[in-house]
Parts: sequence; structure tokens; C-alpha cells
Amino acid sequence: MAIVKFTYALKRFFPTLKETTTSGKTLRAVIEEMEARYPGVTRYVLDDQGRLRQHVNIFIDGAMIKDRNSLTDPFQENSEIYIMQALSGG
Amino acid sequence: MKNTLLLGTRKGLIAYRFKNDEWKIENISFEGVPVSIAYADPRNGTWWACQDHGHWGVKLQRSKDRGKTWEEVIAPAYPEGAEVKDGMPATTRYMWSMAHGGNKHLSRLWIGTDPGGLFVSEDEGNSFQLVESLWNHPTRKEGWFGGGRDLPGIHSIIVDPRNEDHIHIGISCAGVFETTDGGKNWAIRNKGLNAAFLPDPNAEVGHDPHIIVAAPSNPDALWQQNHCGIFRSTDGGQQWQEVSETGGPARFGFAMAVAHDNPDQAWVAPADSDEIRTAIKGSLFICRTDDGGKTWKQLRKGLPQENCFDITYRHALVSDGDAVAFGTTTGNLFFSCDRGDSWEVINNYLPMIYSVQFVD
Repeated sequence: MAIVKFTYALKRFFPTLKETTTSGKTLRAVIEEMEARYPGVTRYVLDDQGRLRQHVNIFIDGAMIKDRNSLTDPFQENSEIYIMQALSGG
Repeated sequence: MKNTLLLGTRKGLIAYRFKNDEWKIENISFEGVPVSIAYADPRNGTWWACQDHGHWGVKLQRSKDRGKTWEEVIAPAYPEGAEVKDGMPATTRYMWSMAHGGNKHLSRLWIGTDPGGLFVSEDEGNSFQLVESLWNHPTRKEGWFGGGRDLPGIHSIIVDPRNEDHIHIGISCAGVFETTDGGKNWAIRNKGLNAAFLPDPNAEVGHDPHIIVAAPSNPDALWQQNHCGIFRSTDGGQQWQEVSETGGPARFGFAMAVAHDNPDQAWVAPADSDEIRTAIKGSLFICRTDDGGKTWKQLRKGLPQENCFDITYRHALVSDGDAVAFGTTTGNLFFSCDRGDSWEVINNYLPMIYSVQFVD
């Protein structure tokens, strides 16, 4: 099962958020699974049209995903999926 | 005077309370999070915070205990397939205005957004729906564009207390729109405005009202601080007249307030021109008219008169009775108890101030 890790910044809004395994076969299925565990988290990661928010990134095994709109990047059963935010602002 | 000032700032929501002749901080919420609009619903005392998380999108919070506890509710979201322009999917980028629906529609709330959608809630804010009639207005895709923000935004929502289905909204850049049937149909109300930046300054749409306000004592008396001057209407926006000060500083700016008891008395916070956008000659002042815009007075007593860079954003100048308050881009908050004749500092060290509201 793939592992999903989250940036610490999301813990401000979802204090129980932690590294978790997922049985989802696509990124969208993974996010749906996370939504079931942490209701509301999808709206922090995806925009109104289901695209990855502009200042959010997802890395699969250390590589940034390419398809930010439809989330079709593939991953393996033992992949690490890392959801993080861009470092910007002031 | 209402005894609370609610601020939306770049680093959170801040509430001040007036007690024993002094403004003291009552509440700080969402420290570090930009709050584009802090809004208290006068019907029930609920506080709202329109948040603009840089990374995580817009979020909407409400509190029924004056900010002690907050509950996140689902922020206005565009329906699947909605597009700003052909090929550009629509997502709520910013909540730029909020208004209650009046005493006949106790569960109704309005929120204006960038990229140009108006949202309504009929269930006290538990859910918001896009007002499709305005979103589908034939002028929107080709005639609206960004001003102040990259995409069109609704920054003003004025509900007529005599008929709460009668609403004016202000859009940068599109102009003034009016509905008389609760948002089913919309008419353009830009006659008399001057969009000097357009190839045709008298175009039907594309105007840039920075803020629109209505006189509580006569809701047909509308005022706007426009990108191209100060305008007023005495007939509910059917016709606008420019009332900028000839040869004087009351002309460019963002904010405007009108007296509760006198539709001819209004305040603006002048800034140095479109090109520069700082305090004029380094000094801070507010201008007031007492005669419907024929003449303007400069109100400087108690305000810094040198080395100032402050400007006042569109939702950050308000009046209530004899009280006037404004907050600036460099985090200064000022208060007057005599309609602006003299000012005192409440704080010089706040974050950039986006919105100010007098609240019970």
C-alpha cells in the first residue's frame, strides 16, 4: 500500500493528520480516501474544479506530479505520496 | 456609536472594544492568516471571517460568541464547469464583500468574489450558491476584467432596507449592477461614469468603482469612490454625477463612507494618483463633504503630516453616528469622535488593514 505524507502546515487545520497508508489506485482516489478520514481536507488541497491548488504540490517518490488538473500521475504500491505547500509569501 | 471595531487584516481578525474612553483589543483570531473581510451580521451578532489562505484557498469561518470559538463552513465554490473565460476554469480566488440579506430574509447572506461571481446563502451561511443570472450576464465574459485584482471582483453589495430584493453591486472592473427581484435580473447602472482608461470612457461596462456606499437615511443616495474620481447619484444609480474636487485632492482613492443621518455628508481617503498610490505629499488626511460633494474639507488634525506612505483600502473607512474610523495599508488605525474634525491613534503597529466595521 502506498504511503501518504502531509506537510506539517496542514496540521494547523487538521490536528489529527498523520502519515497514513492508502489503498487508492489513483491520486484522486487517494484524496477521496483522505477526505473520508479528514473531512474537509480536499478543499484545502484542490480548488473548486478539482485541480491541485496553485501553491500546493504533490510529490510521488520524490518527483513532482505533472498533471495538476486531472491528477493522473501513476504510482506504485509501495510509493510515497507527499502533499506539501509551496514556500512563499511574507 | 457602536462600541466595537472589527478589522480584517493581512495577519488575522482583530476586534477592538471601546471601554472607559479607550479602545482595547478584545479578540485576535487566525493569527497569521489573511482575512480579506471581517464582517459582523447586525441581525444576530454572528462574526464572519473571509480568509485568504495563500496556499489552501479561501475559507469561511463564523463565530457566535464574538470570536471566542469559530466554526469553518464551506466557502462559496463555483459549480463544476464554470469558466471565467472560455478555457479558464473558475474557482473562488478571494472573498471581497459580504452583506446580510435584510430583516425579511433572515437566513440570507451575500458574498462577492474574485473572479466575479456573486453568491447567496438562504440557510444562514451553511451553504452558498452562485447567482447564475449575474454569472451568465451577457457582458461578463467579454466586458468584465480585472481591476485591483487580476480578475473581475465584486467588492460592494448594497441591500436596500426598504426592499431587500433591491440590490446594487459594484464590480472592478465592470461597474454598477442593480437587481430589483432578488438577483434574478440585472441592469447596468453606469450612466454618467467616466472610465478614462478605456478607449471609450462612456462604455456601457468596464468601469472601475472602487467602492459603492448608500446613505442609510436615503438609500437612493449612492456614492462611489471610482478609479476616475468621486461620483454620486441621487436616484438609485440611474444617473451618476462626478463630484471630485476641482484642483483639489478629493479625487483618487479607494474608500468612502456616508453619514447615517445625512445623505449629503461623506468621507473619502485621498491617495496620490493612480500612478503613485501613496499618501499625498507624505501627509495623511481624510476629506469630507457636507454639501453633497460641492465642496470638500481636508481633515488633518491628529493625523501624521510627514513621511507617510499610507493609503486606505476600499473597505477600511467607516462611520457610525459621529464616529469615523479608518485603517491603512501600513497598519495604522485612526478614530474620530467628531466626524473627522480631529483624530486619535488607536494603534500604529497593526498588519495591513483590509476591512473595518463598527459593530455592536
